Amino acid sequence: MSVRRLAPKELQPASFAFREGTLDWAKQQIAKYPEGRQASACIAILWRVQEEHEGWVSEAAIRAVADLLDMPYIRVLEIATFYTMFQLSPVGKKAHVQVCGTTPCMLRGAGDLIEVCKHRIHHDPGHVSEDGNFSWEEVECLGACVNAPMVMIWKDTYEDLTKDTFNKVLDGFASGNLPKPGPQIDRQHAAPAGGPRVLKDAAVAGDATKKGNV
Amino acid sequence: MTILIIDGKEIDVPAEYTLLQACEAAGAEIPRFCYHERLSIAGNCRMCLVEVKGGPKPVASCAWGVRDCRPGPKGEPPEISTRSPMVKKAREGVMEFLLINHPLDCPICDQGGECDLQDQAMGYGVDSSRFAENKRAVEDKYLGALVKTSMTRCIQCTRCVRFAAEIAGAPEMGAIGRGEDMEITTYLETALTSELQGNLVDICPVGALTSKPYAFAARPWELGKTQSVDVMDGLGSAIRVDTRGREVMRILPRVNEAINEEWISDKTRHIVDGLRTQRLDRPYLRENGKLRPASWPEAFAAIAAKVRGTNGKRIGAIAGDLATVEEMFALKQLLASLGSANVAVQGGHAFDAKAGRASYIFNPTIAGIEQADALLIVGSNPRHEGALLNARIRKRWRSGKLKIGLIGAQADLTYPVDYLGAGAETLSDLASGKHSFADVLKKAERPLVLVGVSATSRVDGAAILAQAAKLAVDIGAVKDGWNGFGVLHGTASGVGALDIGFVPGEGDLTAAQMSAAGGVDVLFSLGADEVNVADGAFVVYIGTHGDRGAHRADVILPGAAYTEKSGLYVNTEGRAQMTNRAGFPPGEAREEWAILRALSDTLGHKLPFDTLAALRQLVFKAAPHLMRLDQVDAADAAAVRTLAGRGGKADAAPFKPAYASYYLTNPIARASAVMAECSRLASGQMLTAAE
Repeated sequence: MSVRRLAPKELQPASFAFREGTLDWAKQQIAKYPEGRQASACIAILWRVQEEHEGWVSEAAIRAVADLLDMPYIRVLEIATFYTMFQLSPVGKKAHVQVCGTTPCMLRGAGDLIEVCKHRIHHDPGHVSEDGNFSWEEVECLGACVNAPMVMIWKDTYEDLTKDTFNKVLDGFASGNLPKPGPQIDRQHAAPAGGPRVLKDAAVAGDATKKGNV
Repeated sequence: MTILIIDGKEIDVPAEYTLLQACEAAGAEIPRFCYHERLSIAGNCRMCLVEVKGGPKPVASCAWGVRDCRPGPKGEPPEISTRSPMVKKAREGVMEFLLINHPLDCPICDQGGECDLQDQAMGYGVDSSRFAENKRAVEDKYLGALVKTSMTRCIQCTRCVRFAAEIAGAPEMGAIGRGEDMEITTYLETALTSELQGNLVDICPVGALTSKPYAFAARPWELGKTQSVDVMDGLGSAIRVDTRGREVMRILPRVNEAINEEWISDKTRHIVDGLRTQRLDRPYLRENGKLRPASWPEAFAAIAAKVRGTNGKRIGAIAGDLATVEEMFALKQLLASLGSANVAVQGGHAFDAKAGRASYIFNPTIAGIEQADALLIVGSNPRHEGALLNARIRKRWRSGKLKIGLIGAQADLTYPVDYLGAGAETLSDLASGKHSFADVLKKAERPLVLVGVSATSRVDGAAILAQAAKLAVDIGAVKDGWNGFGVLHGTASGVGALDIGFVPGEGDLTAAQMSAAGGVDVLFSLGADEVNVADGAFVVYIGTHGDRGAHRADVILPGAAYTEKSGLYVNTEGRAQMTNRAGFPPGEAREEWAILRALSDTLGHKLPFDTLAALRQLVFKAAPHLMRLDQVDAADAAAVRTLAGRGGKADAAPFKPAYASYYLTNPIARASAVMAECSRLASGQMLTAAE
């Protein structure tokens, strides 16, 4: 993690407007909190704004959220820069890849995935690819260690990746033919790869449970 | 009350105390960086660790309540140790972490010599660093004309963030990023807008925020320190004037709980360069329409020649914003000896000294604002007319349940107000009970009616003042034990002038009449720079700066600024305070009382004093209450009722802001480049706000 700054002026949109219906939704969020505590809805609204506006939070958006919640601008900027889940500069239109680089993934080959990102998207994280469709960053543990290595794109995780399968996932995003989220090998959720290894015999399994001495 | 044992000493403290306060009460010194008694508790520097017996680890005493301490197994009082080896080791650890990223640039740091971190490092620092990695560096931030930043030195105590949000009421500072990359900044590095921003420099425990105008100017140990009183507004904040040689290097606040607590406004702090520039350092004489340097005898002779041929009734005197009580008293005596009672202080026409003292002072007192439970502001922007009074109102508002109504120009006062109206009509509506806010005032136990400069500086100021007094009486603001009628004076000389009767009597000329065409033939101007004297009068200007008054003058007699003389000032509460001399006036300039005494000799009417002490005795004889320095004598509330009975017709025009620019209200401030820059920044803000 490094110093987080807003995107330079030339990348910032001139203005910001909430999407239709967002304001109503925001009012519901604000209503969850006691009167005068509307600032509590800040993270939820910022998150929604990020989802609705090309996956990043612009300076104009920060001001709009601050005005909506009657907060000083600096308070919203504090929140937006504190949480790394808020992207402060433009991300790829088709996919923003978050590669997990924490120990289990690193041991299982996250380095390869980063290599792919470097060659296929941009040499440095946080930059948009030439066609504007992709960007990538390295993040800390995303909680799918058992299926390491993995990446997260938008809200879904793609697990058990190799260079090839990761490339295929990216191809899917590029072509609009979205890949199936989850393990990219023969694995059901977090179960052992290639199917169950123990307790295959239903009768034995039943016995063991009956005796209560598992 | 709760009994604690601190360092083996038993002490009884209130349960709502924090451990840090309890330890201080027990006489133990607790080091701290983030804790500040006037700010909310953050608890993030961890320097104030103490050992609580029975606890597994040291606790941050600033954030630990006395009532959270548990008694021993047999009900013994909790034991706290502030000097145990565990505490020392813990604090040394904290200090080591703080110093990891703190640069070792004390020799070039302006905070050097008065730095909390430097001082604490002497107690808890180790002599060498075990840290071999790269140090953190942070880009410096732009925060405006007054606060210079060296953000690598910042230890993230967040005092500045809390000060801006809580005391100043301008939540512009913030901490962006997190962890090691946390940075203190304003939103996109815009300039601070608070008029209390200079205090950020004081509360910063390290050299991250330092004074921009004072950058690299002096070291604290080479400065002479003089305790004095501020005259930039009517509050009389306690200040310390730091001088090197005869030059004033900086002005800092002193603690005075009754007035400024421990803050001062930017105008108070940063007019320092105005004390050096544009100074009048020798007498001048106008010859053939041009001012030329002259000697004192020449100047006096010219005045004497003019005065001798003039009828006493055609002589007048106007005192300016910064005149001391003694000067005005001496000037009044001089004029009396010449047969004139045409004396007035500029901007004082609305007040009637004869009505009684309570009719023109801030009766509830500044500290008393904290007792008020409803506030009506009439024709004032307290933020500009008395920045620290506004801070006090904000403090009261923050403690809850204060309803504030505003009649006057709309402004951001740092707290929400019910905007009632723009002019005197709203005041009469309130008085007749037509306005809903009247009920709020009536129901309040201690309502406060504040009348400010925007109202009293108007031509019909007297009528508005009378109306406000009537309203105050009607709503029950004037009663036993509470006088809620408060006049906010914008100048340091206003109340003093009224106290010693430096006001025109019946049939005498007012300031407006004197300065009008054909008003008087000879006009003594004691630093009166805000009046435009019409052509025709012979103007003797006694003052410090080559400002408006000096440009109009026929004879200029150079005087001493408030840091260069000992003088009495009476603040808006009626509190007499004395300034002390921190340096000497430049060149041939002299203290005004001495000028007047010498002039009186030349004019053949020698004034009956030879020393300042003798003059002061005469002042005290005339106004004995001024003898009780630093105190406020409660004035007889009957005066407010007298004033309320005056009546008068107020113009319906809306109140206008009293000052075109908060930063440029007097000749010293107008001579200051720093104030000019602040004013420019502030007007830029106003432009953007208007767009």
